[in-house]
Amino acid sequence: MTHEAIFAGFGGQGVLSMGMILSYAGMIENKEVCWMPSYGPEMRGGTANCTTIVSDSAISSPIISSYDSVIALNQPSMDKFESKVKPGGNLIYDSTNILVPPTRKDINIYAIPGSEEAVRLNNSKVLNMIILGTFIAVTNAVKPATILKALEQVLPERYHKLIPLNTEAFELGMEFVNK
Amino acid sequence: MGEIKLMKGNEALAEAMIRAGCDGYFGYPITPQSEVLEYLSREATKRTGMVVLQAESEIASINMIYGAAGCGRRVMTTSSSPGISLMQEGLSYLAGAEIPCVVANVNRGGPGLGTIQPAQGDYFQTVKGGGHGDYHLITLAPSSVQEMVDFVKLGFDLAEKYRNPVMLLTDGAIGQMMEKVELFEQMPRKTEFPDWCTTGKPKGGDRRFLTSLYIKPEKMEQINLGLQAKYKTVEENEIRYETINLEDADYVFTGYGLGARICMKAMEIAREKGHKVGLIRPISLYPFPYDLYASTAARVKGILDVELNAGQMVWDVRYAVKDKIPVEFYGRMGGIIPSPDEIIEHFENHLLNGGA
Repeated sequence: MTHEAIFAGFGGQGVLSMGMILSYAGMIENKEVCWMPSYGPEMRGGTANCTTIVSDSAISSPIISSYDSVIALNQPSMDKFESKVKPGGNLIYDSTNILVPPTRKDINIYAIPGSEEAVRLNNSKVLNMIILGTFIAVTNAVKPATILKALEQVLPERYHKLIPLNTEAFELGMEFVNK
Repeated sequence: MGEIKLMKGNEALAEAMIRAGCDGYFGYPITPQSEVLEYLSREATKRTGMVVLQAESEIASINMIYGAAGCGRRVMTTSSSPGISLMQEGLSYLAGAEIPCVVANVNRGGPGLGTIQPAQGDYFQTVKGGGHGDYHLITLAPSSVQEMVDFVKLGFDLAEKYRNPVMLLTDGAIGQMMEKVELFEQMPRKTEFPDWCTTGKPKGGDRRFLTSLYIKPEKMEQINLGLQAKYKTVEENEIRYETINLEDADYVFTGYGLGARICMKAMEIAREKGHKVGLIRPISLYPFPYDLYASTAARVKGILDVELNAGQMVWDVRYAVKDKIPVEFYGRMGGIIPSPDEIIEHFENHLLNGGA
């Protein structure tokens, strides 16, 4: 199985980290992974995104035309990537930030009030973990437990005290799909 | 099996340098390859005692390479397009004096200061000269983070075997992306140095001297003939490439580095649509696999060359194919990366069934 996803949003929302955690998790599960960030002018104050591919076989191109899943955390990302979801694919978005909803009928749409929930958890920075939880529940691209293992590798030691909060956020995100 | 890690291309390049027992790195920061200097500054000296120096410019770095490599040390520098342009004089001198070293160009969009996004516009500069005089850089084009590791080691081996500078021609995307890599074991730094290097006059021996200056034309011609004989040996022995699905192919997609990776995806899509497409990926750009393209042209209907430039390697492909079959080109410039769908569209409109 190959899963091709793009995580997109404002710089600072943690979209690059979402892809990185997924990549580490894929590696822990012995899959092939490829993480390709935008690093250009958009990193310097605008929108940021990363393509992340997790696969059971060798990965050809890091540059792809359409995605199994698009994860959009702001309106510009939604505007840019809604059309790039493969028919039957997934569009997961932060419905607190994104006010103009998607219009496509041939894809699965998940509107998650991520920012609102993050504020409820008293840390707006866990938005990305909430949405990542939803993404994993929808796609099963890797096992949820592996994401939590990967988190330990990605987070520098000094932030490990935040792992319980991130775990709570991740599980909350999964519940939006599973309940 | 070696240690497996998830690494950025630039970090992998730096880690491979340390593990290859590199003695020194001289470089100047430039996007999209600044992680190389950052990683080495953090890791290298404490692990192997390797010298890591931020020079005052790219011109200084390449001349520091000349000095250190002239003393027989394994040294490397990296930069991106505008910085590599500044190094061209030094590269010509290194080739002329037959001093081995490895240089990596993490290609960005040009010309001029250009853009920091990935491009392949430096192909001509790398394999057709760049600096002055009749010289060649042995050129390897990594297309994955794994090859960023493997080609550092291979690059040093080839540079030292032929006493010639080696260029790793990669791009911003491969430098910035993360993939799984298998790292080779730490190699010891060299303790013995070849007999040509300038480490002092041996007892009873001649003074050692490294130069590319020979005022007498007769002598300079002999030096050139020696270089050309060496390049012929390189051309006979060091051609490297990868082919996929050539056996039953009606058409071939070709490209190097990132271009080849995108072609692979386009090939998969084309095959799903029922078109028998194969792939040729030159790994060594100098020496170039001319014979492979010539023999392939005898049995396929057409070749589509894809690059992140206005069409540079395609000149070499056409030179090899000699008008036997159509060779189409598709490229994007200025830091725009062609997508697999664009390649398929160009293939269907311009090459498939004679472009009908």
